[in-house]
Amino acid sequence: MLYEGQFRNPSGCAVAGVIDRSGRPMSGEGMIEAISVMHDRSNGLGGGFAGYGIYPHYKDFYAFHLFYSKKEAQEETEAFLGRHFEIVYSSEMQTRKIPSVRDEPIIYRYFFAPLPQKLARSHLDEREYVARCVNRVNAQISGAYVFSCGKNMGIFKGVGYPEDIGRFYRLEEYEGYAWTCHGRYPTNTPGWWGGAHPFGLLDLSVVHNGEISSYDANRRYIEMFGYKCTLQTDTEVITYIIDYLMRKQGLTLEETAHVIAASFWSTIAEKEAGAREQETLLRRMFPSLLVTGPFSVILGYTGGLMALNDRLKLRSMICAEKGDKAYISSEESAIRRIEPSLDKIWAPAGGEPVVFELYDKKGEREQ
Amino acid sequence: MIIDAESLHFSALNEAVRACGEKHISIKNCVGQRYIAAGLTGREIEISGTPGNALGAYLNGGAIRVLGNVQEATGDTMNGGEIDVFGSAGDASGYAMRGGKIFIRGDAGYRCGIHMKAYKENKPALVIGGRAGSFLGEYQAGGIIVVLGNHKDGKPIIGNFCGTGMHGGEIYLRCEKVPAKLPAQVRAERLEKIPQGTVRALVSRWCSLFGEQESAFTEAVYYRLTPDSENPYRQMYAFH
Repeated sequence: MLYEGQFRNPSGCAVAGVIDRSGRPMSGEGMIEAISVMHDRSNGLGGGFAGYGIYPHYKDFYAFHLFYSKKEAQEETEAFLGRHFEIVYSSEMQTRKIPSVRDEPIIYRYFFAPLPQKLARSHLDEREYVARCVNRVNAQISGAYVFSCGKNMGIFKGVGYPEDIGRFYRLEEYEGYAWTCHGRYPTNTPGWWGGAHPFGLLDLSVVHNGEISSYDANRRYIEMFGYKCTLQTDTEVITYIIDYLMRKQGLTLEETAHVIAASFWSTIAEKEAGAREQETLLRRMFPSLLVTGPFSVILGYTGGLMALNDRLKLRSMICAEKGDKAYISSEESAIRRIEPSLDKIWAPAGGEPVVFELYDKKGEREQ
Repeated sequence: MIIDAESLHFSALNEAVRACGEKHISIKNCVGQRYIAAGLTGREIEISGTPGNALGAYLNGGAIRVLGNVQEATGDTMNGGEIDVFGSAGDASGYAMRGGKIFIRGDAGYRCGIHMKAYKENKPALVIGGRAGSFLGEYQAGGIIVVLGNHKDGKPIIGNFCGTGMHGGEIYLRCEKVPAKLPAQVRAERLEKIPQGTVRALVSRWCSLFGEQESAFTEAVYYRLTPDSENPYRQMYAFH
């Protein structure tokens, strides 16, 4: 038994991401290798990955990944989802037994199409319909949790070190044009499978290193718009904020970044007229969505990745490019492990979004 | 002695460094191992690859040479010795230094040299070749920070909030115009060339280490930042 002072856990979460902007697929193996370099930033209580472009044969259907803690929850959930979606395919997810990954829930994958009549009667657009169904399951069915629900993308996460979680989900068998990953060191929550990162809603996914001090202010505001923060973790609220600003308010990535990592008023005052007015407007419109405290975030979406630090840059973050590939990581060493010679490597400023997208995004982005 | 760090955990690597009786140690294929040479003295360590965070933390003496970039918190609270970085450096380089010298060829991240302090013969120095991020020398209490602005990306030589809360020591910036938005408690003095003495020796050392022409850096305009004793902090430090 170790007591305080006899053990030090030098942790702080780790994030990493890669995108091949030419759209060439790569397996999840590279990200597993990169995140393993940052092993000591997490403590074995959470790891996860998001892959984009991984379900080309089912790309027109919503891919749902679910955790069930008991069979009854599965029955109740499947009955509910069956009333709202046509189930194109469903099966238990293939996993690999890893000694260090224990107590896994029942993990299922489904490909869904919304029932046309039900969707028409709801007077909702398709994405909102899907998002509301996901919220219903997560908030109302005990023992069921939807942890991924986008098209042609998937989140894979659990309790363990990220490299073990990657092998548990057999990510070497998946191929996608972009990946993100996360090694977790939970600070406020016990570390449960659903609480691991990435967090996702539709095709958005968020991995996050940090601890936001504005959590409750952000949560109270965002819950006014129908979101349910079921997990008491800051990354969940960041995901909903980004979904709200981009999907419901129609903001661009850069505008969203200026809301959640707004510059200080004194910094805004020194900007050129156009930027000054725009940033002032955004800060005034969405003051409750300013995210304070340390964070480095990688946002994944159909066709791209965005890196963003808090405005004081209280967490490390490095971006790099090599040919068509672009990399984001908490530490340079993780990128060097998978790509020793880089064309360019730089640390973005706090609050300065860095966006890497497919060269040809036409028809890719879900509207 | 040569240590191949490729597959070594940081604790195994650092144990191998400490256990090594030789003065010269070469670490190859370094990939993110933390705390290298922490608290050591009297060694000469050359590193290829990318060392991890807190390289040379609490370093007491000797020298570390990195043939690439370093990550965060290099030379954290170091007491003595020298760290030479042939690439760029991450955030919080030279954090709370109490002695010794750090020379960085390229740029450095946020919060470099914060809480730096000096005592009697212990005078830390941090020389950054390119530009520095925001909060450079925040709460600085002693020692010297030099930023040479030898970068070509067109960005300002320093970010925001340089020298905020500074109450001792000096910052030298090689630039033609005084940086905008310095805190009211910091005085900026224009120098037509680098003065003789400690700071000139630091700039000369940086030039010889990285093969740069000395006159371009000694015969240039600098701004010297020091705390303004005419305008002291009158209330608890609070900026926004």
